[in-house]
Amino acid sequence: MSFTEYFELLFNDYTLRTISLGTAILGAICGMLGSFAVLRKQSLLGDAISHAALPGIAIAFLITGTKETNVLLIGALISGLIGAFWIRGITRRTHLKSDTALGLILSIFFGFGMLLLTYIQKQPNANQAGLDKFLFGQAATLLARDVWFMATVTLVCLLVLLLFWKEFKILLFDADYAKTLGFNTKMIDILITSFIVLAIVLGLQTVGVVLMSAMLLAPAAAARQWTNSLGIMVVLAAVFGATSGVVGTAISASQNNLSTGPVIVLVAATFVILSFIFSPSRGLLFRQIRFIKNRKDLQLHKTLAFMFDIAKSHENISHPHAVKILNNFHGYTKKSLSKLEDKEYIRVEGLMWEMTEKGYDFALNLYNQQVEEND
Amino acid sequence: MGKQKFAVTVDDLTVAYNYKPVLWDIDLAIPEGVLMAIVGPNGAGKSTLIKAILGIIDPIAGSVSIYGKPYKKQRKLVGYVPQKGSVDWDFPTTALDVVMMGTYGSLGWIKRPGKKEKKTALESLEKVGMLSFKDRQISQLSGGQQQRVFLARALAQDADIYFMDEPFQGVDATTEIAIINILKELRKKGKTVVVVHHDLQTVPEYFDWVTFLNVKKIATGPVKEIFNDDNLTKTYGINYKVSVQK
Repeated sequence: MSFTEYFELLFNDYTLRTISLGTAILGAICGMLGSFAVLRKQSLLGDAISHAALPGIAIAFLITGTKETNVLLIGALISGLIGAFWIRGITRRTHLKSDTALGLILSIFFGFGMLLLTYIQKQPNANQAGLDKFLFGQAATLLARDVWFMATVTLVCLLVLLLFWKEFKILLFDADYAKTLGFNTKMIDILITSFIVLAIVLGLQTVGVVLMSAMLLAPAAAARQWTNSLGIMVVLAAVFGATSGVVGTAISASQNNLSTGPVIVLVAATFVILSFIFSPSRGLLFRQIRFIKNRKDLQLHKTLAFMFDIAKSHENISHPHAVKILNNFHGYTKKSLSKLEDKEYIRVEGLMWEMTEKGYDFALNLYNQQVEEND
Repeated sequence: MGKQKFAVTVDDLTVAYNYKPVLWDIDLAIPEGVLMAIVGPNGAGKSTLIKAILGIIDPIAGSVSIYGKPYKKQRKLVGYVPQKGSVDWDFPTTALDVVMMGTYGSLGWIKRPGKKEKKTALESLEKVGMLSFKDRQISQLSGGQQQRVFLARALAQDADIYFMDEPFQGVDATTEIAIINILKELRKKGKTVVVVHHDLQTVPEYFDWVTFLNVKKIATGPVKEIFNDDNLTKTYGINYKVSVQK
């Protein structure tokens, strides 16, 4: 199936439309909340929570015997929340750092979850197959009902975000200060963490336990590269997330047997890589270009400054001097002279050079700027 | 001396991290309108004292009152300048935005900052000489400029009492003078300013009140009366001689 066929299908095929919508919404909510996780330096929180959700799924199945997605996801939500708040508790009450706490909870819960899954598989119950789809997710199982539910949660999350924007922002930037202003930082923290858990649980069916954290981090990490405003970052992350969802679904639908979750994650990763390279202010490419340009400018400015020192000792600043005296100065080349001439900072005639008004003024300001910068 | 009004009163404040006392039974009364330095060696609990007063750290014992009422009811009267290093300066926001946070407390929950808050923030930025940097991304400010932004944020709180944790740390001489002038300006308006300070040489020049701290409170009072070699030696444990220049 080609892309054009895919787009035809998207408008005609109900299932594909449902799945695309579902992954788009999932990408959007994960991008929004992921921005907060990244800025709080809790990037791994998502990974720990998604792994912590696995035993919840298994236990929910063991208790109810049903494979109804909603029931299983409630189990996931509960054990995800327990995991998240244990992580909080461990870091607050012991000397362990948060990475240690995250690692501990992740592996203990995941190990327990896997143990339960194998136990379930050994049971003589025909109903047991298919729980392992939560490991890597299966977007094809998304129903319109699931998508509606995701949309509702996303909407609620968006409302809470808009309502408590100021509180979230100050907590992220300076929690101690927020506390002195009288904000209940614990409440705000619990609110953010709970929403992150909720977003992760929503994604388990589609992307799965193992890759879920990438959905949270990749769009946010990419968005951070393009902006210096928290608001724009959150919006951009949502857009990147949604786009990854749609494009990932398209690719996996147009190629046979590519599972959707990993493809979505890879598309999101592509956003990250492109952002790291091409972002104008933080990207590697432009940084390198700026670095080279700065070095060249500096070389030029140094030459001009040297010439300025010579020129200023004369009453007439445009008094001609021999090019030869520049030989004492390292870093001057014929090329830099002609560049300075192009900018009309100097005039070169034969073996003599003279400074122009423009060049004099520029060199003068060059010094002033340096003085200012030292301030 | 007439009957003095106390801006801050601390009673029996004790803080411990894992059984090790960091602050031991601190009683402290800070008179209204003083510019006070808290001095003491590293690990003496200077920052902890401020944080415990402000409720950032829970003390295991003791109480704090502001103008005679519990601190929790008087938060709006108290401004805070944390250590510059306590936040991530790569956070995606501008100088103006950070200063605006100073108005969040009086706004309370949910309400958004509006024109009035923006005006307050801009005025505060102007007071610290940072108005032209208002739209600058905070990571692109120098250390001294970041410190000024923090100070402006506290000014935007329009508090009566200010606690500042090492506002002179890592700033150059020009910024230090600019900051101390602002602090003196605050004192002139009758505000009380409490500063964790490291440079003993400048204490007599900058402050009129001083507290010596080393886990316990060693002494507190007017700089002219108690800033002497005896108290310095008691606090720092070595025979300390400070040349007081006038």
